[in-house]
Amino acid sequence: MKKLKRIFIIFLSVYLFQNHSISAETEPYLETEWTFKGLFGKFDRASLQRGYQVYTEVCAACHSMQYLSYRNLAEQGGPEFTVEQAKAIAASFEVLDGPNSDGEMFTRPAKLSDKFVKPYENVEASKAANGGAYPPDMSVLAKARMGGADYIYSLLLGYDEPPEDIKLDDGVYYNKYMYGNKIKMSAPLSDGLIEYSDGTEATKEQMAKDITTFLMWSAEPHLETRHKTGFRVIVYLIILSILVYMTMKKIWSRVETKI
Amino acid sequence: MSDSNYTPKSKVGKWFNDRLPLLTLANHLTDYPTPKNLNYWWTFGGILTFCLLTQIVTGLVLAMHYIADTKLAFASVEHIMRDVNYGWLIRYVHANGASMFFLAVYIHIFRSLFYGSYKSPREIIWILGIIIYLLMMAAAFMGYVLPWGQMSYWGATVITNLFSAIPLIGEGITTWLWGGYSVDNPTLTRFFTLHYLIPFLILGLVVLHIWALHVPGNNNPVGIEIKKPSNDTVPFHPYIVIKDAFALLLFSIIFAFFVFYAPNILGHADNYIEANPLVTPAHIVPEWYLLPFYAILRSVPDKLMGVIAMFSAILILVVLPWLDTSKVRSAVFRPIYKQFYWILVLDVLVLGYVGAMPAEGLYLLIARVATAYYFAHFLIVLPVLGWVEKTNPIPLSISEPVLAGSAMATRGVREEKIEVNLKSLG
Repeated sequence: MKKLKRIFIIFLSVYLFQNHSISAETEPYLETEWTFKGLFGKFDRASLQRGYQVYTEVCAACHSMQYLSYRNLAEQGGPEFTVEQAKAIAASFEVLDGPNSDGEMFTRPAKLSDKFVKPYENVEASKAANGGAYPPDMSVLAKARMGGADYIYSLLLGYDEPPEDIKLDDGVYYNKYMYGNKIKMSAPLSDGLIEYSDGTEATKEQMAKDITTFLMWSAEPHLETRHKTGFRVIVYLIILSILVYMTMKKIWSRVETKI
Repeated sequence: MSDSNYTPKSKVGKWFNDRLPLLTLANHLTDYPTPKNLNYWWTFGGILTFCLLTQIVTGLVLAMHYIADTKLAFASVEHIMRDVNYGWLIRYVHANGASMFFLAVYIHIFRSLFYGSYKSPREIIWILGIIIYLLMMAAAFMGYVLPWGQMSYWGATVITNLFSAIPLIGEGITTWLWGGYSVDNPTLTRFFTLHYLIPFLILGLVVLHIWALHVPGNNNPVGIEIKKPSNDTVPFHPYIVIKDAFALLLFSIIFAFFVFYAPNILGHADNYIEANPLVTPAHIVPEWYLLPFYAILRSVPDKLMGVIAMFSAILILVVLPWLDTSKVRSAVFRPIYKQFYWILVLDVLVLGYVGAMPAEGLYLLIARVATAYYFAHFLIVLPVLGWVEKTNPIPLSISEPVLAGSAMATRGVREEKIEVNLKSLG
């Protein structure tokens, strides 16, 4: 019986601590420090602002972020640009509006309330422009991939020469972390690709980290509130549990039995 | 229901109670004599009620913002997550609440299996419970379809396709379920409607479940019938209420941990990709709580037989009270059954594990062995054990320590002890 119990407990712990889904890649993810992990995790504001710059100067050429609005850039818990900055960012994009009173569609500079402008009209257009591959929308990308932020960070830095036994078609690249190791996106980052407005040196690693942080925020814009609220809720529940426990002991002391 | 001789003290109360005996009901619920030796495994009934109500309340709010339309569903969920005040909290409570609900129901079911709570005279409570469990699975499955992610869509496709295995009418049934020739908008809208309806059916069945429980009263860890009320029982309020509250708080701490610090760990990343009928995910897996049945389904090579095996795995529980031939309820006094019980728990966990793995090679072999064992437990082990197992002696009452010798020999001691206890209570 004891032995059976031990086997049972071992099995249960293996069962609980193992991710129930299948991971295809053999490479362990690259390691880096994320400020948003942990009980009190918060986003690095400067990194988010740089991440937005990477998005808009590099990724936005192909990837949409259709669930984000320009107002989000100025909201608490995000990159926290000032409202003026966010307005200026929005105004640098043109959006189609209308119809006006003449029944005509017209373009105007974007406002805070507008969604991020998409690079392509529709999925078909994006496929046509990218050799048949559809660059996925990046709004929730960090939650839509197993491994989340670590996976995206690793993927961005995972481009390599293919091993000799793998033949790649035109427009297909080798990536250590991609499912099946073949990816249709060419290596998007290279050292010094952009010039950060805050003067940070734009190394590949720096840009990968900043854009991943930005994507994590866009996937989980209320992460900071969630962590803060969660801590309060759990502390409250623990204190209440202790009080209820003492009350219970007192009440049950009238009955001769153990609980 | 033993206590019908209750009369309210106030005149108004009496007037009202004569016309609608709600006060009698309230009195019954507070005074309800409960075995005093119930352990913490018995607190999961209360926890489950809490889970159901949480799902209904958060679900109502979500339904105010959700749009059941294939073109808008995914976006409306993102709208809830981003723009609705505390929408992220409500959705994460609802999504993780489903997992917590199943965690609690599995503990509740396995508690019943260990202590023989399904045996006479509690068969109806047990069967009602199985119906509730079936409805829970239906509700959870349809709820998972609503965000219209990749797993929603493909999960719905796989599960609804199971019905096409039925000979002759299968195809027709599947088309009827879909409202078309594939999972599409009509499927989504009807799943939404049913997902909204089922929790209220469950609520009704829960009332019956508790009603049926209050006729014979609770089973207990010793598994013997006790006199109620007596020295062996305590009134439900405040004793059981406070204990249930304490257990519920501990449960809530675990619940809160998932909601606030790991809200997506129990879900599948693919469900954050909008449904696309043209792209099949590499692995289609159901939520963790359905995995054991998924493993049983896949372990049978024939589709129709697989479906039959899967449904039988659940329906076999309905006849469990008659498959278990042992007169002794609690596993505490059944040394051999106790071992088989833990093997069954292990077996179900193994099934859950292989259910998440690809159905090939060693995994498939393990799934087949585990499936065979699952059915063997109910169809062979339980009936046979009832005849061959030599059970340990059972005490005559809860207050009495586990005794030596026969029932007759201890009866005198028991009566004496009750007297002493009564004196000490004053």
